[in-house]
Amino acid sequence: MICIVDYGVGNIQAFLNLFKRLGVEARRADTSDALADAVRLVLPGVGHFDHAMQRLNDSGMRPKLEELVLGAQVPVVGICVGMQMLAQGSDEGILPGLNWVPGRVRAFATQPKSADLPMPHMGWNSLQPCAGSKLFSKGFEDAPEFYFLHSYFFDAQDKQDVAATANYGLDFDAVVSRGHIHGVQCHPEKSHHWGEQFLKNFVEL
Amino acid sequence: MLRPRIIPCLLVHRGGLVKTQAFKDPKYVGDPINAVRIFNEKEADELMVLDIDATANKVEPDFSLIVKLAAECRMPLCYGGGVTTSEQAARIVDMGVEKVAVSAAAINNPSLLTEMAAAVGRQSVVAVLDVRKRSGLFAKGYEVCTHNGKISYKLDPLALAKQLQDVGAGEIVVNSVDRDGQMQGYDLEMAMQFKQHLKVPFTFLGGAGSLEHLNELVSKLGVVGAAAGSLFVFKGKYRAVLINYPTPEQKKLLCQNALKN
Repeated sequence: MICIVDYGVGNIQAFLNLFKRLGVEARRADTSDALADAVRLVLPGVGHFDHAMQRLNDSGMRPKLEELVLGAQVPVVGICVGMQMLAQGSDEGILPGLNWVPGRVRAFATQPKSADLPMPHMGWNSLQPCAGSKLFSKGFEDAPEFYFLHSYFFDAQDKQDVAATANYGLDFDAVVSRGHIHGVQCHPEKSHHWGEQFLKNFVEL
Repeated sequence: MLRPRIIPCLLVHRGGLVKTQAFKDPKYVGDPINAVRIFNEKEADELMVLDIDATANKVEPDFSLIVKLAAECRMPLCYGGGVTTSEQAARIVDMGVEKVAVSAAAINNPSLLTEMAAAVGRQSVVAVLDVRKRSGLFAKGYEVCTHNGKISYKLDPLALAKQLQDVGAGEIVVNSVDRDGQMQGYDLEMAMQFKQHLKVPFTFLGGAGSLEHLNELVSKLGVVGAAAGSLFVFKGKYRAVLINYPTPEQKKLLCQNALKN
């Protein structure tokens, strides 16, 4: 079962709709018990980093998630702030992140190349998949475009973990993959056929 | 590269979709959910749905409609109409809506935007300003209005836009009342005034009647939101109802022209 982690932050329904269209069974999971049979995990997230971390910490699901992801090696994809939560921490807040992918979340506003651009980074931008990324191995013959809506970005410590980059003043790490742990800054659930293909590839990993 | 967004703007009135002219004479153009399905198929960049009854009738947003819209919508969705509290905004975001738009409530109480930004993040907070030419014998310049044009304000529209940006709006949408439904082209001078002075993403609405009008806007302003109502729901000079959207090739050409800017 694919479980969409519902800790009160993010668009669960959009993922359920998308998996239904793909003909893949998926379920909303808001307790540790509901996560028990997960073979894939989707960790959504929107809004403030600390708010999202706090809600996840308070949800009671974090120990079970760590058991599944770090113990049983269940593939997971964090989406938007859900990706940022994979990091060690964020310039947006003070709470520690999950620390599943080494890196830190930084503000575009503090980067000389992007400081003068309209903020948030909002709209459709092209992705440059890195060679060998399994998430982009099928169905991305046309230059992929994804919907972005964020002011902070993931800065992976180990650039081997970068699966795709995008450019907003500077090139930033838009998709990361560290083994079975993945994160995507843009919104595949709102990115038409490109987003569908991305999640299809994740399911088929 | 980030590119311009081409955004259909749908108006909800008495449960159906309508299109107005200069904010008057709503003409029924169809069912909202059906329209969302068509824009899904056409892979629209984003959708804006504005309930034009809620604020005027002093009622809450129609949450049952928003749930249905969000469930159906496969592109980013911006909802506006009747939102007066950050709790309502959070509830709408939880339903799967990316952005919540406010106008009258934010103009009367700008701190609402600060509260909304704290609740849902400023990337999901949109301020909409309905702007028109001042009327009267010696009137000059533009004014902001709300409640479908019934209430007008003395505030300078650009100063107000900047204030709303500073207190929490992550996007400013300016709607040109005089051009609404006219399909004769955007007020490019007005659009340029706002674009030059704003630091958040900017979307302009009102007047587009052809792809050439979209092209004029993005060629002049670059990466902005180009929104339109009539253009995407009517076909031909008799305004026959036909939901339409640029093809991927047409969109590509438009975006290339913007990026030359």
